[in-house]
This record gives sequence, structure tokens and C-alpha cells, in this order.
Amino acid sequence: MALLLQQILNGIMLGSVYSLVALGLTLIYGILHIPNFAHGHKYMLAAFTSFFLVTNFHTNYWVALVIAMGVLGLVGMGVERWVYRPLRNVPHINSFIAAIGLLLMIESFALILFGADFRRFPPLYDQPIHIFGVGITLQRLLVILAAALLILLLQLFLKRTWLGATIEAVAQSPEGAQLVGISIDRVSSLTFGLGTALAAAAATLITPIFLVYPTMGSVPNLKAFVVIIIGGMGSIPGAVIGGLMLGLIESLGGGFISTDYKDIFAFGALVTFLTFRPMGLFGKGGR
Amino acid sequence: MNAILKAEGLSRFFGGLAAVMDLDFEVKAGEILSLIGPNGAGKTTVFNLITGALLPTRGRLQFFEKEITGLRPHDTAALGIARTFQTTSLFPDETVLDTLIVGFRCRTRMGVFDALLKTGRARGDEERSRRKAEETLAFIGLGDRASELAKNIPQEAQKRLAVGLALVTEPKLLLLDEPMGGLTEEENAGMMRLVQKIRGEGISILLIEHKMKVVMKISDRIVVLNYGRKIAEGTPGEVGRNPEVVEAYLGVGDAE
Amino acid sequence: MKGKPSSWLIAGLVVLALVLPQFVTNKYYLNILIMSGIWSIVASSLNLVLGYTGQVNLAHGAFFGIGAYASALMMLKLQMNFWLALPLAAALAGFFGFLIGLPALRTKGSYFAIGTLCFNIIVTLIIDRWEGLTEGARGLMGIPGPAPIPVPGIGQIAFKTLAAQYYLVLGFLLLTLFVMRRILNSLVGRTFRAIRGNEELAEAVGIPARRVKILSFTTSCFFAGIGGVLYASYIGFLSPELTDYHVSFDSLVYIMIGGVGTMAGPILGTLLFVTIPETLHVAAEYRLFVYGLILILMIIYLPRGIVGGIGSLARKKPKGGA
Repeated sequence: MALLLQQILNGIMLGSVYSLVALGLTLIYGILHIPNFAHGHKYMLAAFTSFFLVTNFHTNYWVALVIAMGVLGLVGMGVERWVYRPLRNVPHINSFIAAIGLLLMIESFALILFGADFRRFPPLYDQPIHIFGVGITLQRLLVILAAALLILLLQLFLKRTWLGATIEAVAQSPEGAQLVGISIDRVSSLTFGLGTALAAAAATLITPIFLVYPTMGSVPNLKAFVVIIIGGMGSIPGAVIGGLMLGLIESLGGGFISTDYKDIFAFGALVTFLTFRPMGLFGKGGR
Repeated sequence: MNAILKAEGLSRFFGGLAAVMDLDFEVKAGEILSLIGPNGAGKTTVFNLITGALLPTRGRLQFFEKEITGLRPHDTAALGIARTFQTTSLFPDETVLDTLIVGFRCRTRMGVFDALLKTGRARGDEERSRRKAEETLAFIGLGDRASELAKNIPQEAQKRLAVGLALVTEPKLLLLDEPMGGLTEEENAGMMRLVQKIRGEGISILLIEHKMKVVMKISDRIVVLNYGRKIAEGTPGEVGRNPEVVEAYLGVGDAE
Repeated sequence: MKGKPSSWLIAGLVVLALVLPQFVTNKYYLNILIMSGIWSIVASSLNLVLGYTGQVNLAHGAFFGIGAYASALMMLKLQMNFWLALPLAAALAGFFGFLIGLPALRTKGSYFAIGTLCFNIIVTLIIDRWEGLTEGARGLMGIPGPAPIPVPGIGQIAFKTLAAQYYLVLGFLLLTLFVMRRILNSLVGRTFRAIRGNEELAEAVGIPARRVKILSFTTSCFFAGIGGVLYASYIGFLSPELTDYHVSFDSLVYIMIGGVGTMAGPILGTLLFVTIPETLHVAAEYRLFVYGLILILMIIYLPRGIVGGIGSLARKKPKGGA
């Protein structure tokens, strides 16, 4: 029983991280209607950024988190401006191919700069605490709490601020938004920056638990896509629920069925959803 | 004249909104039936329901007494229902002639192995396709544009090509969605002649068109839609005198 | 059709390719040419799906891998002759292509790309973990090369020398191109282009889009499988990483740069990207970085690739339009 609870808590933690990454991705999809395939690699850059800030510059962990979010937010805006904006009026498949190019660039850039070694974050919040009789490190609990906080802040931003409203407007109708004077360029830029910053937060939160290495971006990338396809591309509740679901499926499946094949569950779930319900749980579609 | 297309209780909902509601009508063999109504009355939705691009929420469709409800567009096309689209839809990078050749594909039988081995069937199909394409090209009057790219020809030629593409599939029923959209008076007349020429070949036509003068002149019968429901049906004369129609549409629409 | 290079040019290139081993005897360069040939087969087959029906298929590595592993296992464990294993393994790859295509081709565009990518990952994972069948991460070793073909009266054609293996690969490349050309120039090929150009319209004129896409996908996987068999026999060693989706990415790069939707494009792209980095001895990371950069620049400024770009220039010259 305790084991089950442990796996569930783990699942929620993993799920929170997946949700954050997926949220960034789904925000971007809502505006640009292209899945930003290089998302996971910016996540990786964020992990390295925080890593160096904390180990080499001895920055406070939470400050490093904010800085990483800022830096990657700028990177995201740059990518939008230089890679995706020129491709806005061409078939989406071209943007997808550009994203692959970007992915190759970022991954090899990291390999060249940092080498392929695995690095480990210095332990920060490793003290174990007990909830419902289950042991869990403080770090893991912080991940869940911080993710929840960020999601809440995001919701407030989107629903209560003017900038947030412009994002929703462009997502629903670019022409309509333009008519009332909203600049699509600026909103695209903002959304990309915001989405990337969320991924940066997710990376900084989770890396003390796992390792940091240049190819770490590809798996979260794919899992984030699994999440938004299950949850529905462009749907925020879908990203959150889908993320949690995936985290739980992986944790429970991996814990009780087989760790060797645990990744297959995620991808198997994706293939199943794509086949039978491509629009996801909350997406719109169909004939 | 007997009916070749029958719609019974045809309905399509989008969420709570009824785009088409309880529609009963039929297209008789050899006639030109026009479907008119204000913008948003559901006319293009009816076309989509007939061809199978959309599934009806309720109701049924019969073509030559055969149940076609739920069939997909490529099946209805094979059965003999062809259409054009409100915004001219073509293969942008194909030449005019190539466009028509590929349109005839559904009437050919060759497969991959025929292609690989250049069998007699392959050669026969290729020749028939080319001949049919050239005939259709002459019929629609684009003979001098055969090797131009579809995206480069002027708008009126594009509309003709779209009609030609529908024709080359050897349809028995042709659905034309605003074939005169954006055309000048003179181009209108040309398109009207083409439509009548098509009817002369024995093909029945279901027409959506906003230009009232044309509709009144060319139609054998008219069905009037408003908010997805049929509000009138009859000859141009009858419909023109119907007060409900006048109120809903003819009074406020373009009397062009 | 428009803009096709003259038959003389093609004949000339084929003759050049045939006599090349007489001039290029350096083993290192012959090896590069052979590898280019194998990857050209893989890239050309992907082009069938990408360039002609317009779908980004990222599972190509999986089918390459299925062909490679299937033939290797048949030859090693069942003592099968190469010439029997080749068509069987390729057919198996095609068969899996058909099975995967059925559900996958219900989706489009980016969904299809992601779905196929995930499928590729699943296949690589299975090959890696199923040690009983595939030896897992240890890899398969000692895969035999093609068996000699007995020719009555003359003796036999053996494939021991590098030149002989070059001709083998060249032969299959020409076969692949021949098959593709026959299909693409036929009415079937026209339906491929129609689906790429305007799928909704293609359906409206009676073309069953999904069925046609499955056909092109299956054919594409069959030839990817052939590429895999040739690779396995030539190198003699297989490991799970070879079936990874980076094969799909690489092929994608070669096609996009060389020219998507043209016959020569994938071959040109492959030649450029296999020979140049090899001769320059560039490290893998730098190579990938440049690939990525060129891919982005190409897709923004020259989306039809090198061959396609030349093709559209050629088409603009004759008539001045309407």
C-alpha cells in the first residue's frame, strides 16, 4: 500500500513536470498552430543554465530558476522571430521541418559546448519528509507545489491581465484580433517567450532529481507531445490533466509492470490516441 | 421526370446550432435546380452533406434509389456526384491538362503492378484519360491553355477549369457552388452558356448562386433556404411571387 | 511533363556510375560511394511519401531496421541464402509499413509526423530490449555478405571485392529508381501528386486518399527495407542505434536539401551529405549543427531544395505566363 502511494506521488511529480512543459507547448500551438518540435531542447538549455548558475556562480536556487526562465524566454522569442515568423504563411509542414533543423542545432551546440558527460546537481532539498506515511524528498514535493503555483499564475495571467487576453484573442481569431489593433507579431513573440519560460521552470525544478546532459531534451519533448495529443492540442486543461495522467501511467506502469518497457507505455498511449481520438480529450475535431 | 437525388429529413447540427434542419427535396433527372437563400442559410452545408464531406446528424440521402448516407466524397464521386467549391479549388502546380487527366482517374482501373509492367490495361487507361481530358478541355473552352499552370491562369479560366475537373469524372449530378462568384457581366454570360451546355449533355445540375438574374433565367426549379430550413420550392415564377421568400431574401439580397 | 532532364543526361549519368569503379580504386572512396548508394535508396524511398504524397514520415529508421535485422537473423539463424532473405526481409518491412500505415494515415501533417516518430522509438526500444531475438545492445555480428550467384557456363558472380559490392548496391539503386519512375509517371503517380497538391479536391474527384497514401507508404517501407538488407550485408554488423529515428532525420535532411519531390534530389542530397563530411573528417556534433542550420535556411529560402530550385527556374523561362 505504501508502495502504491509512493508510486502515485512520484507519478504526480512527474506529471506536474510534464504538464509544465506541455503547457508551454500547447500555448504555442494555440497561436502558431505548429507543434514546436524543438521545445524539449530549450528545456535542456534551461537545465544547463541553472546548473551553471548554481554550481559555478553559486546563485540561489530560486533565483537561478527565475533567471533561467528569463534567459530561455528571450531565446524563445528569438526563435520565433528568426525561424518561425518567416514561415508563418507557408504550409505547416515546413515549420515542422524547420523545428527539426532547430533541434539538431541546439542539441549539437550543447554537445560541442558542454560535452556528452552527465552532470549532477548539488543536493539542495534532499531531506526526506513524510506525507501520509510515505517518505519523499523535499525536492520532489517542491516540484509539485512549484508547478501548481506556476499553473495558477499562468491561469491568472491569461484570464485577468490585458496581455493574457490578447493571447486568447489571437488564438481564437487572428483576423479579429488584428481588427481591434492587436499586433500578431508581438503576441506571437510573447507567447513563445512565455511557453519557453514555462519549460525552463520545469527543467530547473526537475534536474536536481535527475541528471543534466545534452540529449536530455528529446525524451521530455516527445512526452510533452504525447501529453498534448492526449489532452488536445491547444487546450490548457488538457495539458494539465494529460500531463498528470501520463506521469501516473508511467510511474505505475513502470513500477508494477516493467521498468524496461516503461517508455513504451507512453508512446503506446500516444499511438492509441492518435488512431482513435486524434483530437485528444479536450480538443475539437472530427467530421 | 424522375428524381435522381432524394434528401429526406436531412439535418446537420454543430453543437447546438442547426446548420440544416429537416430538409426534404429532390433533384429530377436532367433539370437545373437552384438552391438559394441568404448568407449562412446552409447551402454549402447541403453540398457537403450530399457529397459526404460532412455526415448528417439525421436524415438520409438517396442517389438513383441507392442509399448514399454516410458515404465519403471519393465514394459519391465514383457513383456520379461531382462538385465545385465556393472558393475555387484546384491543384495549383498542375497544368490545366494534367488537372483534367488526374480527374478521370476514378474511371480507370489500372493499379501499381499495371504501372510497373506497363500492361495493356495501363496503356489503355492512360490513352483514354488523355483523350477524355482533351475532349473536356475543348468543351469548357480552355484548349489554348492546356500547358499553363492552374495557379497562373486568370480567375474566370480557373472557374471553368474547376467545372471541367468536375465534368471529367463523368458525373450524373453536378453540384456547382457559386460558379459565377466574382465574374463580370460578360464572363457571367459565358458561364451560363457552359452550364446550359452541360445540361444539354444530360447531366442534372444543383446550383448555388447569389446572382438572382441568373438564377431566375437558368433554373427549372428553385429551393429556398433560410436558417437551414426550406421555406419555399417551385418554379422561378412561383418562388418569385412567394411573400415569405420576398421577405426573407429577395427584398434584402442583391437583385443583380 | 515539364522540366524533366533529357534522357541523354540520365543515360550519361548511368554510364558514368557504371564505369566509376574503373577509375576510383581507392578503397576509402569506394566505401563512401557504396554507403551513399545505400542511403540514397533509403532517402529516395522516403521521398515517395514526403515528396509525392506530402507526408512527413519519421518512422523510416524503423523500416530500415526491420529490413536489416530480419535479413540478418534469417541468414544467421536460419542459414538462409542472401538472395532469398533479401526479398523476404523487404516484404516484411513493407508488411509492417502496411500495418502501421493503416492507423497512422488516419492522421495528417504534424500528428502523423509525431505518431510515426513514436512508432520508430517503440521499434528501436523493442529491438534493444528483446535480447533473445536480436542480441539487444550487443548487436548482431558476422552477418554474411551476398552469396555468389552461379552462372551456367561462366562460373559464378561473387561479391567479395569492393567493386562487386558497389555494383550490387548500384544495381539496387537503379532498380529502386526504375520502380519509382514507372509508378510516378503513371496514373497512379498522378494521384500521388493530386493528394499532395490538394487532398480535399483529390477526394472530391474520386481518389481514395487514404488508400493511395497507404500504397505509397507500404512501397516506401519496402524499399527502406531493401536499404537495410544491403547495409546489414555490407557492414556485417548491426546494433539497435541504427534503427533510431536519426535515420529518419538524416534522410529528411538529404531530401529537403537535394530537392523534395524530384527523383534526383534525394540522391544529390545524400551524395553531398555523405561524401563531404567524410572527406573532411568532421566530428559528428559539428556535422549535425551544420545540418540543422542548413535545413532551417533551406526551408525558409529554398524550400524546393537544390534540384527543385533549378527546376522552378527552368519552368519560369519559356512562356511569360497568361
